[in-house]
Amino acid sequence: MVSLQLQDLGAAYGGNQVLSGISTPPLTGGQLVALLGPNAAGKSTLFRRIFGLLPGSGTVHIDGTDSPNPIAYMPQDNGSRPVLSVYEAILLARMQGRRLKVLPEDHAEVERVLDVLDIGHLRSRNAGDLSGGQRQMIGAAQALVQNPRVLLMDEPTSALDLSRQIDMLTLLQRLAKEQELLIIVALHDIGYALRFADAAMVIDKGRMIACGPTAEVVTAEMVREVFEVEARIEPCSKGSPQLIVERRAAQPSDLRPGGML
Amino acid sequence: MSSKADIGEQAQAGRDFYRALVIRRQLILVALATALAFSLCVDLALGPARYGLGQVVEALLWPSQVDEQLRVILWEIRMPVALMALVVGASLSVAGMQMQTILNNPLASPFTLGISAGAGFGAALALAFGVVIFPFAVDYVVPVNAFLMAMLTSMAIYGLSLRRGVTSETIVLLGIALVFIFNALMSLIQFFASQQAVAAVVFWTMGSLTKATWPKLWISLSVLVIALPLLARRGWALTAMRLGDAKAESMGVRLRSLRLEVLLIVSLLASISVSFVGTIGFIGLVGPHIARMLLGEDQRFLLPGTALSGALILSIGSICSKMIIPGTVIPIGIVTAIVGIPFFLYLILNRRVATW
Repeated sequence: MVSLQLQDLGAAYGGNQVLSGISTPPLTGGQLVALLGPNAAGKSTLFRRIFGLLPGSGTVHIDGTDSPNPIAYMPQDNGSRPVLSVYEAILLARMQGRRLKVLPEDHAEVERVLDVLDIGHLRSRNAGDLSGGQRQMIGAAQALVQNPRVLLMDEPTSALDLSRQIDMLTLLQRLAKEQELLIIVALHDIGYALRFADAAMVIDKGRMIACGPTAEVVTAEMVREVFEVEARIEPCSKGSPQLIVERRAAQPSDLRPGGML
Repeated sequence: MSSKADIGEQAQAGRDFYRALVIRRQLILVALATALAFSLCVDLALGPARYGLGQVVEALLWPSQVDEQLRVILWEIRMPVALMALVVGASLSVAGMQMQTILNNPLASPFTLGISAGAGFGAALALAFGVVIFPFAVDYVVPVNAFLMAMLTSMAIYGLSLRRGVTSETIVLLGIALVFIFNALMSLIQFFASQQAVAAVVFWTMGSLTKATWPKLWISLSVLVIALPLLARRGWALTAMRLGDAKAESMGVRLRSLRLEVLLIVSLLASISVSFVGTIGFIGLVGPHIARMLLGEDQRFLLPGTALSGALILSIGSICSKMIIPGTVIPIGIVTAIVGIPFFLYLILNRRVATW
């Protein structure tokens, strides 16, 4: 089973240190891990550093796979609008680094992913003409079609409607279990992290705040300190933990004239 | 999720959809190639002495069996010019398409990035003052000067693109700035030059295929023949670049090295072309857009389609340049702009699919 461990990861843009000292215990396949943090905490940067797009200090250890490209990355950006059918746009992600000829197994893989994400009906549509949510689904398909063992997804639900958000996270949870993938998902909705994620990583200002089982990491104290929100975590009628937001925690700036309080 | 039988059916549906797409594109390429062959024959048939298409085809297929005069006119006088139109059209069109791809900008072309203007300045130095940048090729002073200035311009753009934080928009802006600088320098040269020299500079900047010779054709063709497979090899990565930098990077495309590699190849393509035939601004911008409308973004089809559409546009331009005023060959740069731009506007305004 695949295992990912980060050791003292750091990264800098120009002279600014944007990530430092990011370490985790070994994160094994079969888990959905939520990456949480406020805006500009460094979530996207951490993904880019793990994927190898940003140089920096520290090491990314991957064990338990002999795949030459074990990690796939779905960026937050849905990309520009080229003249490509959805089918071609997904195939394109699979064909990078391969010969120009498309083989039957490549078609089979594209169709498998279209089926898994239930977007087969979009096959012949022009990818540039799709809505933001549909393009996000295509982005997920482009990551999955690379057959990764570790999947990094930067806010994959941000443009989806409520039912699609739940569908997507349920699907990722199931894929992680069935295919023993390690899926790390950057999320802004802490409630979703509580409901769907097996583990959570919290970063703030480029530093790791906590990493471990979701119930241990996502606490009212963490939410107050990192997100500056007073909240309670209580079981819902079906027993799942849920986040109940009470109010924004008071900040020194709020007490000044014109502040929020 | 579907059952295995459903998945089998869907996979078949996917293959069928893709096969239909590929066949349609292959047919478009065949149609373009056929139109190009026809255009070449018409181009060869036209001139002070007009021949029928049958005579041209006969002279092409069985040169030893036709009249000596026809053979000489077709093979030794008109053929290098007609083929130069194809090679230069293909080269400028491919150069423009790849510049648009790597800079993700629909306005990028050898003309808008200042490469043509640089070549014009180099040629003007030679034509007006006899300034020779490279003294070992006296017979080719004008094209060599033009080539060296075009490559210098490309290297300036290349050098800038190496700097950290430089975006594709910055590169296009630099190109436009270079166009203005070179145009100002050209005006300065014309201000100080003799009347004959000014006329020569102006004629050069209009672009003309009549300067074509077999050696120039072979040089241009060699560069094109080397460049096309090098670019085709990067087909998947270049197609991915049109999805945007973040998407392409997430698919494992090494943007920086790919941009530099392609910029070097297309700079060479564009520089060689403009140095031999002068400024032809229209092809590098429009050829790619027409190909993109017909074939989409998949570079396995877009690359040959762009080469064919560029070659076809310049070949048709060559025909028009001989037909507008019988007995006079109007410079090709003027013809392609006058005839081609209304056609391009028609395509842009009536297109069903947005290409950018």
